[in-house]
Amino acid sequence: MSGITIAGVTKAYGKTPALRDVSLNIADGEFMVLLGPSGCGKTTLLRCIAGLEQVNAGKVLIGERDVTTLPPRDRDIAMVFQSYAVFPHMTVAQNIGFGLKMHRRPADEIARRVGEGAELLGLSPFLDRYPGQLSGGQRQRVAVARALVMDATVLLMDEPLSNLDALLRLQARADLKRLHGEVKRTTIYVTHDQVEAMSMGDRIAVMRDGVIVQCDAPMSIYDRPATQFVGGFIGSPPMNFLRGTMSGGTFQGDGFQIPATAAVREGPVVLGVRAEHLTIAAEGVPAMVQVVEPLGSHALITALVGKTTVKVQAPVDTPVRPNEQVRLAVDGARVRWMDDASGAAIDAPA
Amino acid sequence: MTMRLAADRVLVYGSAILLALWVLVPLYLIAIAAFSPQNAIYEYPKRLVPTELSAETMQFFLNSRGVLPSVVNSLIVAAITIVLGLGLGAPAGYALARFRFGGRDAFAVLILATKMFPIAILSIPLAVTFLQLGLYDSLAAVALVHTAMALPFIILVTSGVFVSVSQELEEAAQTLGCSRWTAFLRVALPLALPGLAAAAIFTFVISWNETFAATILTLRTRTLPAQVLTSLDQSPLYFKFAGGLFMVAPAILFIFFMRKYLLNLWGGR
Repeated sequence: MSGITIAGVTKAYGKTPALRDVSLNIADGEFMVLLGPSGCGKTTLLRCIAGLEQVNAGKVLIGERDVTTLPPRDRDIAMVFQSYAVFPHMTVAQNIGFGLKMHRRPADEIARRVGEGAELLGLSPFLDRYPGQLSGGQRQRVAVARALVMDATVLLMDEPLSNLDALLRLQARADLKRLHGEVKRTTIYVTHDQVEAMSMGDRIAVMRDGVIVQCDAPMSIYDRPATQFVGGFIGSPPMNFLRGTMSGGTFQGDGFQIPATAAVREGPVVLGVRAEHLTIAAEGVPAMVQVVEPLGSHALITALVGKTTVKVQAPVDTPVRPNEQVRLAVDGARVRWMDDASGAAIDAPA
Repeated sequence: MTMRLAADRVLVYGSAILLALWVLVPLYLIAIAAFSPQNAIYEYPKRLVPTELSAETMQFFLNSRGVLPSVVNSLIVAAITIVLGLGLGAPAGYALARFRFGGRDAFAVLILATKMFPIAILSIPLAVTFLQLGLYDSLAAVALVHTAMALPFIILVTSGVFVSVSQELEEAAQTLGCSRWTAFLRVALPLALPGLAAAAIFTFVISWNETFAATILTLRTRTLPAQVLTSLDQSPLYFKFAGGLFMVAPAILFIFFMRKYLLNLWGGR
């Protein structure tokens, strides 16, 4: 078994903290995504696991092995870099075989495994080319093949798709997911793209300011974000938030009041609700339509509730126009109540 | 549009030709003088196309007393300078390029500041020190001074070279089984080689051309420029032309040779 255990890892650059007491368990064969805005510490965490950074405190275990102080080459990891880091002075075949050569594998084994890796990623016709003669997408595949042929216990990927254009990224995303299905390698994947995270991860660890805010399966995070930040970061459009006060079982906000759906404590709270859980109806929260964007499968309506902008996902044929007063029904079963001050979700037992 | 493009081309090529002529015409005149019979130099008006080519002048220069030994001396000094200079300077350049350490910026400025010391001011204390150390009038002394003179240049150039080799490449090599050292040897060094070669060439040229320190610090073990300089006022004109060409030649040859190397190394990029 070769999961990964990260226990209380702390890392600072000078006086700037990058990771604060981060703990995370990753199961064998799991595809774990580290997601967060730039500067949240996700790449630093990945580099600490790779051994490219030394932690200030805490432990990193791969399987049962404590690798906290080991150099990268002794950790049994392989990594795909954001820039791909394909060696420009070596051919594709030499690039893919570099790691095996450094591990002193016999030449015939190197040749066989390079062939297999190239085959897996559709690079067989390019083995004798230099990286300078390849497209961005091909270089990215060389980097993935080079990491895969190592047969390392753990595969680390640092935003491997961020330098590809949009169309290629879709393709590569599906390819990587398929590859993970085939090789079943424990994978840690760093990205700032929540769509990538949602579509690829078995679980997502959402990071902010050097801590993991929430770690769960994609749909759980989508449905039950632990904080306002997570709700706003995951999902497109982001979750809507309405501020108000809870008193006597009624949620009272700027120009509206709705009955509370769960036992939520009294006082100032925030109501979080996804665009698809708001519907235009006869009853509900009064709102002023501002923009209607037909998007083919549905229409995205931007409206004002009091002074707060909300996004509503409605059927394309919804007969509303800008500057029209409507009412929004809230799907009470799918809302998320949050503390007004801290932004943390107020959890009724899920 | 095409008119403007054409005008641009004329301007670019015109300037390039002018610049090239600026360098080439004197070189050409020196070269004919060096390869004409000795008396042709005194002819007037000068011919732009030599009527008679001869190695006589060049032979005269090379066979003059002290010239050949000083050429050997110059080559030895340049070789030691390159080895010492790159041996000390390239690691410093690498450190400047890769590591964020306390006082890094001050260090970079300090390197440049050493360039502000005129060698003329340093020469007397240097001569005294070398006399005390028993290094005076030795090739090692000249090579040490040349190394000191070339180091700021070498450090700044090599740090630029290593900055241009992405650190992620070395890190990738480390995740693939290299130590820091083997990652440097296998990845950073080969990619930095053209830049390091350029630094080596320039170091050679600095050392080969350097006259002042070489003249002050030696009496008998002269390098070529020092040798030529001390015999300059007693030499005939054709000796000077032959000497001039001979001293320029290695620099030109070296750069022609390395230029090809520089451009071809990672062909296709």
